[in-house]
Amino acid sequence: MTSTTSGPEGSGPTELTGLTASELAAKIAAGEVSAVEVTRAHLDRLEALEPAVHAFLHVDREAALAAASRADEERADGTPPSPLAGVPLALKDVLTTTDMPTTCGSRMLEGWTPPYDSTVAARLRAAGVVILGKTNMDEFAMGSSTENSAFGPTRNPWDTDRVPGGSGGGSSAALAAFEAPLAIGTDTGGSIRQPAAVTGTVGVKPTYGGVSRYGLVAFSSSLDQAGPCGRTVLDTAMLHEVIAGHDPMDSTSVDAPVPKVTAAAREGATGDLRGVRVGVVREFGGEGYQQGVRDSFRAAVDTLTSLGAEVVEVSCPHFEYALGAYYLIAPSECSSNLARFDAMRYGLRVGDDGTRSTEEVMSLTREQGFGPEVKRRIMLGTYALSSGYYDAYYGQAQKVRTLITRDFEAAFAQVDVLVSPTTPTTAFRIGERVDDPMAMYLADLCTIPSNLAGNAAMSVPSGLSAEDGMPVGLQIMAPPMADDRLYRVGAAYEAARDAASEVPLLDRVPRLEVA
Amino acid sequence: MTAVAEIMDYDEVLRRFDPVLGLEVHVELSTATKMFCGCANEFGAEPNSRVCPVCLGMPGALPVVNGTAVESAVRIGLALDCQVAEWCRFARKNYFYPDMPKNFQTSQYDEPIVFDGGLDVVLDDGEVFRVGIERAHMEEDTGKSLHVGGATGRIHGAEHSLLDYNRAGVPLIEIVTKPITGAGERAPEVARAYVTALRDLLRSMGVSDVRMDQGSLRCDANVSLSPKGSGEFGTRTETKNVNSFRSIERAVRFEMRRQASLLVNGSEIIQETRHFDESSGETSSGRRKEEAEDYRYFPEPDLVPIAPSREWVERLRGTLPEMPWERRKRVQEQWGLSDEELRDLVNASALDLVAATVDAGAPPSEARSWWVAYLSQRANERGVELAELSVTPAQVARVIELVAEGKLTHKLARQVVDGVLDDRGDPDEVVAADGIEVVSDDSSLQAAVDEALAAQPDAAEKIRGGKVQAAGAIVGAVMKATQGQADAKRVRELVLAACGQQ
Repeated sequence: MTSTTSGPEGSGPTELTGLTASELAAKIAAGEVSAVEVTRAHLDRLEALEPAVHAFLHVDREAALAAASRADEERADGTPPSPLAGVPLALKDVLTTTDMPTTCGSRMLEGWTPPYDSTVAARLRAAGVVILGKTNMDEFAMGSSTENSAFGPTRNPWDTDRVPGGSGGGSSAALAAFEAPLAIGTDTGGSIRQPAAVTGTVGVKPTYGGVSRYGLVAFSSSLDQAGPCGRTVLDTAMLHEVIAGHDPMDSTSVDAPVPKVTAAAREGATGDLRGVRVGVVREFGGEGYQQGVRDSFRAAVDTLTSLGAEVVEVSCPHFEYALGAYYLIAPSECSSNLARFDAMRYGLRVGDDGTRSTEEVMSLTREQGFGPEVKRRIMLGTYALSSGYYDAYYGQAQKVRTLITRDFEAAFAQVDVLVSPTTPTTAFRIGERVDDPMAMYLADLCTIPSNLAGNAAMSVPSGLSAEDGMPVGLQIMAPPMADDRLYRVGAAYEAARDAASEVPLLDRVPRLEVA
Repeated sequence: MTAVAEIMDYDEVLRRFDPVLGLEVHVELSTATKMFCGCANEFGAEPNSRVCPVCLGMPGALPVVNGTAVESAVRIGLALDCQVAEWCRFARKNYFYPDMPKNFQTSQYDEPIVFDGGLDVVLDDGEVFRVGIERAHMEEDTGKSLHVGGATGRIHGAEHSLLDYNRAGVPLIEIVTKPITGAGERAPEVARAYVTALRDLLRSMGVSDVRMDQGSLRCDANVSLSPKGSGEFGTRTETKNVNSFRSIERAVRFEMRRQASLLVNGSEIIQETRHFDESSGETSSGRRKEEAEDYRYFPEPDLVPIAPSREWVERLRGTLPEMPWERRKRVQEQWGLSDEELRDLVNASALDLVAATVDAGAPPSEARSWWVAYLSQRANERGVELAELSVTPAQVARVIELVAEGKLTHKLARQVVDGVLDDRGDPDEVVAADGIEVVSDDSSLQAAVDEALAAQPDAAEKIRGGKVQAAGAIVGAVMKATQGQADAKRVRELVLAACGQQ
């Protein structure tokens, strides 16, 4: 199976799988290589590597090749639907697809194929992007390690004893393992950015409402946001433009032009950040952060300064309450959003043997269909919304949310973007935090404020931590609908980082042992 | 439960207690599509044929508010003299039930779109009772469960249940009254009159089919008793399954008697949902409220707030049709009706029909007389609503016209209308088919008059002596002789002429 694709280094990327999405798109557009060839190369590689990585829950080889073939035909007809036509992609299994199951990493939806496409999936298809399959995730996007998947954890390609982050660890691992050049994630508290940080890839949580949530199986509706993931800032920008834009099916979708993110990425790549004001969030990156993360962050800030950016320190005093507010708001919404999984209409049904009442079947199904973390959050949220507790918990959390939004507004009055480490540590070991929910929750400490405020944020790789050789991420945050600033600053930083290094970062991903 | 034998006499209830009512009316809007999706909003379609991922609550599906439904909600609020919120939100009402696809109902909680209004309700004797409106809010309907097997058709004892989600997501407006106090013995009547008035109002606005039999108008009646003069509210019950205007009155009356019977025996009223049984006229215990859910309301994050601009609200106010009470006042003036005549007209549910008949050219008094008297009687005999009779206002107007032209007598006119009611065609067709014709040939009438005068010489003599009221007997005899086909007015003229009185 691996013979045609494994290079001389065993399981290193082939000529095609080693290319970026923009390079692949250019070659396909120029007729140098067909979308089918590109797709086949990625399918072959992922089939070889999946036993070691387990990034995917579902791969549909035939459907992917058929989509690639259509992209080739459209190119031959002179009507390629988008700049990314024919480029393969890994789709997080929380976005509905009519041709593949959508499980959200849960037993509850095992084998369920939705009757409708999410807007994100529909836009990808319309753009000629080839969906290889659906990626693994923490159950219903609740977690920071992908260990909460009912179908087993995904492993970090940099060190398969470590987690790839979460909840979108499948998407980030697929990118880092060169199984796909592009991926889609969703980010409720950091589920795009934290996995990107710990796998050395790029991930963007667009402005809330920037990408339609229609067909994104809801965890926390007021926080959930789908976004693009890639190995480079430019690739991520190109994908961003394919999926973003107003959708009448999502009332919370922003009805405004999509920020010109690809142009911003190209501009940023010139390496000039003069006139750009960068704020370092004082509250993040100190005590409790891994030394390698702090060192990497300090170096990244120096790099931004060297590119001409004006760097200042900015205080966001309410960010320290963000985690607490998040763990009231997100579980509250989740307790309601996940109520529909009741065995009546779709998905798992347990104990319907003719002797049990409807309520008993619902109860048994939910008991057996949900994993412990999902149950924990449903219980937390049910409690927080209960009569007599609402004001003290949900109500207070909403007030904190307002204060955090004001912190951002005050900060963005002074600076164009804010920066911080994406996550306090590098990838932790599988099993290390499963019995300590609080330790797990801390992984999203720096990413949560942007979900609460609804602004745009990116994680871009900032090198490797000296202690463990694992990737570190730099978080860049921008005001709502100023997503283009992320790409300009991110691309400038990325170019400087690679220029300073002998080997491009991702070329340092270890060669995986193929089972 | 209390046996009927022990139940307290109604007058005794009123000697001891003051009733307090709260009415919650759910109105299904007749929008083309559902509240949050594009599915057709229609009654009676093949089960589960008007559904989509949104109204089935599929994972990932999102609601989008139906703008027409919001407009209807605001218009209803304006018609009920309510304030319109400057900013309001939807909220999720969380509880598990299989006919509710998301296991939460998208509704409104502490931020209703309209609030604080009132509706003047005209009682049977013409007295006006103002019912305060607490609020009206928007929400979505649930699907329907059909419990198969078991004796009652209710969930307990059923072998299995079938679910139809066609109704899931149909736009609903829930209109909640303020506590209705001070109605005393008339409380059951106020309840009926209020829902009837609401029905008339909503129908005139064209926002709902308002059919209680189809469930597009549903009323839950909250009833409690307050010890006479104490002013303290007692524990309430909420009676559901009240499917007709008459049932509302009966249900309230029964609950008052049942609760009074318990209270005088020192028993407590249990706060619960009760079901009204049409055949027995009694309520029975349903779900206990004390063990019912904490709905864990919170603002619906999938929808954006609604902020009706004042300009828009005023524009909608301008689109309101004439309100039923305004209309009643207008027709009373235009048609010169006494209060009593107006009340008879309204109580006979004949206002629309008379108005349409007048619009078709008939004089108001004639039109009113036909509908309130003769046709109401016919409807009664046939056991149908007046509006369900197969005669149209235009047909009634034509009959009135034929009478005015002297082509029909009143008696013949009734024959013609009966023909129309028997589905024998238009008035002119019935006239032609039956050969109905007024005897208008003076020579043949003259013979009949002469004959009658000869047969009643005493009467003839009185007329000749100036007692013209004696002509009635002669006219009657002529009409009898001509089998009613003569024009009584002309006969009278001939009689008077023959006796030298003209």
